[in-house]
Amino acid sequence: MGDLAFDRRRFLRGAGGLLMGTLLFTSGPVALLAPSRSWALELNTLSSEEGARLLAMIRRLYPHDRMEDAVYALTVKDLDSKASTDPGLADLLHQGLAELDRRAGGNWLEAGEAEQQAILEALQDGPFFTQVRSTAITSLYSNELAYHHFGYEGASFPKGGYLHRGFNDLTWLPNPPADASPVPFA
Amino acid sequence: MTTYPHDDDSVVVIIGSGAGGGTLANELCQKGVPVVLLEAGARQSPATFINDEWPSFNQLAWSDTRTTSGSWRIARDFPNLPAWICKTVGGTTTHWAGASLRLQEHEFRARDTYGQIDDAELLDWPITLADLEPYYARAEDKMGVTRTNDIPGLPGNNNFKVMYAGARKLGYQHCSTGRMAINSRPRDGRAGCQQLGFCFQGCKMGAKWSTLYTEIPAAEATGKLELRAQSQVIRIEHDPRGRASAVVYADADGRLQRQRARLVAVAGNAIETPRLLLNSHSSLFPHGLGNGSGMVGRHYMRHTTGSVYAEFEEPVHFYRGTIMAGIVSDEVGHRPERGFAGGYEMETISLGLPFMAAFFNPGAWGRDFTQVMDAYTHLAGLWIVGEDMPRASNRITLDDEVEDAFGMPVAHVHYDDHPNDEAMREHAFRQGEALYQAVGARKVHRVPPYPSTHNLGTCRMSAKAADGVCNGYGQSHEVPNLFISDGSQFTTSAAENPTLTIVSLAIRQADYIAEQLRTRAV
Ligand SMILES: Cc1cc2nc3c(=O)[nH]c(=O)nc-3n(C[C@H](O)[C@H](O)[C@H](O)COP(=O)(O)OP(=O)(O)OC[C@H]3O[C@@H](n4cnc5c(N)ncnc54)[C@H](O)[C@@H]3O)c2cc1C
Ligand code: SF4
Repeated sequence: MGDLAFDRRRFLRGAGGLLMGTLLFTSGPVALLAPSRSWALELNTLSSEEGARLLAMIRRLYPHDRMEDAVYALTVKDLDSKASTDPGLADLLHQGLAELDRRAGGNWLEAGEAEQQAILEALQDGPFFTQVRSTAITSLYSNELAYHHFGYEGASFPKGGYLHRGFNDLTWLPNPPADASPVPFA
Repeated sequence: MTTYPHDDDSVVVIIGSGAGGGTLANELCQKGVPVVLLEAGARQSPATFINDEWPSFNQLAWSDTRTTSGSWRIARDFPNLPAWICKTVGGTTTHWAGASLRLQEHEFRARDTYGQIDDAELLDWPITLADLEPYYARAEDKMGVTRTNDIPGLPGNNNFKVMYAGARKLGYQHCSTGRMAINSRPRDGRAGCQQLGFCFQGCKMGAKWSTLYTEIPAAEATGKLELRAQSQVIRIEHDPRGRASAVVYADADGRLQRQRARLVAVAGNAIETPRLLLNSHSSLFPHGLGNGSGMVGRHYMRHTTGSVYAEFEEPVHFYRGTIMAGIVSDEVGHRPERGFAGGYEMETISLGLPFMAAFFNPGAWGRDFTQVMDAYTHLAGLWIVGEDMPRASNRITLDDEVEDAFGMPVAHVHYDDHPNDEAMREHAFRQGEALYQAVGARKVHRVPPYPSTHNLGTCRMSAKAADGVCNGYGQSHEVPNLFISDGSQFTTSAAENPTLTIVSLAIRQADYIAEQLRTRAV
C-alpha cells in the first residue's frame, strides 16, 4: 500500500503536513486489504491544509463516489514528492491551491460539487490544473489500492496467469466453435 | 563472448535490435557473417519484465523527446510521445502483441489497384507477394505463428467471446483467434501461453516471439555476433567514394565511439531510421545520407487506427489473457463502394486499468470519464487497424530547436489525416459499435488513436530512385552498402500489422546481403 500507514501511533511527522482519514466503506475492496480503518500519510512540502484541498480537487477531477479518500491520497503524495525536488512545481501548487480557496470565497473544501466543478472548469487551461490533472491520470489508477477498487487483478505472472483463473469464464454468451477458438494447448 | 575491434572494417554494423535488426543479425550470423549489433537500449529478460503498465513502459519504451505537428489528434494529446516504440534489446518486439498476418497480393500494387488518389503519393512496391511468399513461410516457422506449420490456434478469452458473438450477429464470416506469434503450446524451447494478459509489457513466459530471446541468443551462439547494448548511433560516416564506412555512437557511459564497417544496416524503426540518415548529412550528401531523392523521412504512415470499447451489464474481465485474442477480417479487402480505398482489420484489445485511464479519452476529466472507469470489469474492446495513405507531407524532419542528450536534433513527426483515412476510420467505428450493440452493449465508446505502434514508410522502397530511398532489397539507391532493414521500407502501409512482413523482408535481405558480400559487389 505504498506510502499509506494504517497505524497512526507509528507515525513520524516530517517538515510538511499530514493527511489523515478513515475508511468509509467498511466492506469495500480497499477496507478488506487494510489492517485498520484509519490511515495517515506524511507530506514533505505541502501543509496538511493544502493536502486536504488537493485531495478534494483530485476527487472532483476524477469522481468515484465509492472510492476511498485513501486512494486519492496516494496521488496527493505523488505530487508532494515531485514538489519536494522541484521548487517551481511547489510554488505552482501553493499558488494554485490558494487560488482555489480564493475562488471559492474563502474555503474550497466547503464549496459544493457544482461550484467546485465550475471553478475547475475556469482553471482548466492553466498550468496548475494541467500539472495536477496529468499527474493524477497516471497516478490515481496505477496503484494496488485502485486496482482493488476497480476489480483489476494486476500482476498475474506470480499467480500463473489466467489460464486456470478465468481467462475464458464468460458464460452469458455462447462459446465460439473450436475452429475459431481451440481448447488450450490443443 | 565475441568482440570485434573498433577499427575492424570487415564487420556488418546493424543499428537497432528489434524485429528488423534482430532478425537480420541472426540470419547473417547463421551464414557466418561477422555482425556488430548496436542497440540504444539496455538488455532485459523475461525475468526482469514487469507486470505493471507504467513501470514496464518506463523500463522498455523510448521516452526521449520527439516533437509533433499536424491535424492528427496525437499532436494534441501526446505532443512529445507520437509513437509507442521501445528502446531496449529486442526493440518493440518486447511490447508487441504478436498478430502476424501476410499482406494481400493487391496491397503490393496499391497504386495500380486503387488508382490515383488526390493528395497521396501511392506507389506500387518493387516486389510482389510471390517474391515474398517463401520468406513469409520462413518467418512464420521462425516465429511460431499459430495456424501455420500445424501449430494450433490460441484459445479465445472473454474479450474474444464477445467479439465473436457480435461478429456472427453482424454476419461476418472471418473471425477467429487469428495468426499469432505466441506459442499455443511449448515450441522452440519456449513455453506455451499462460494467458497472463501482459503481452504489451514483455511476455514473462517467453511464449510470445521477441528477438530478445530468440534471434539474438541464436546469433550469439554462432560466435559471429557482438551485441553492444546502450549504444546509440548518432551518425553514419562515409568514405570519399560515398560508401558507408563507419558509425559514431555514444556508449553506455556517454563516450563517443567509432565502429568501422563494411556495410551498415539501419533498423531503428521508422522515426529513428530517417532521423539518423538526416543527421548524417555531409558535404557529399548535404540533405542526409542516401537522400538525393529528398524522400528520406517522407511518406510516414502509422495505420488508420482507433478503438471501440463497449460496456455490458454482465462482467467481461477483458484484461485476462492475450491482448490481441481475436480478429475479424471481413473488412480487409478493397471495396471502394464503402467510400474509401483499402481495408481494415478489427482485433480485440484490452488495456490494464492504468492505460485505460491514460488512453480512453486523453485530457478528459469529470463524471463522463469516471463512469466508464467504474465499468472497467464490464468492458470489451477492439482495435481498428487499416491502410493509411502515403503522403509526401507526412514526414519526419529534424527539429532545429530541440536536441537530445548527445546534442543531436530530435525527430519532428508531422502527420495530417487524409480524407481516405477519415472515411475508413468512420466506417470502422460504426462497424465496431454495431458489433457490440448486436450483443447488447449498454454503451459504446469511440477511442482515438494511441501513440503510433506501427510506424512505416519513411525510407520507402521504389523501382525508380526518384520515388523512394531503397530498392526491393532495402538497399539504398545511392549508397550501395547502406541498407534499410525495418518498416521504413514499406512502400504502402497495407492493412495488416506489419511485423511479420518486416521479419520476412529481413530474412530476404540477409540472403541478398550475403550474396553481395560473397561476390564482393559491396
Ligand atoms: C503495444 C504494441 C503492440 C504491437 N502489436 C503488434 C502486433 O500485434 N503485430 C505486429 O505486427 N506489430 C505489432 N506492433 C508493432 C511492432 O512492434 C513493430 O512493427 C516492430 O517491432 C518494428 O520493428 P523494427 O525493427 O522496425 O523496430 P523496433 O522493433 O522498434 O526496433 C528498433 C530498435 O532500434 C533501436 N534504435 C533506434 N535508434 C537507434 C540508434 N540511433 N542507435 C541504436 N539503436 C537504435 C531502438 O532502441 C529499438 O530497440 C506493436 C507495437 C506496440 C508498441
Ligand atoms: S498472454 Fe500469453 S503471450 Fe501474452 S504475456 Fe501472457 S503468456 Fe505471454
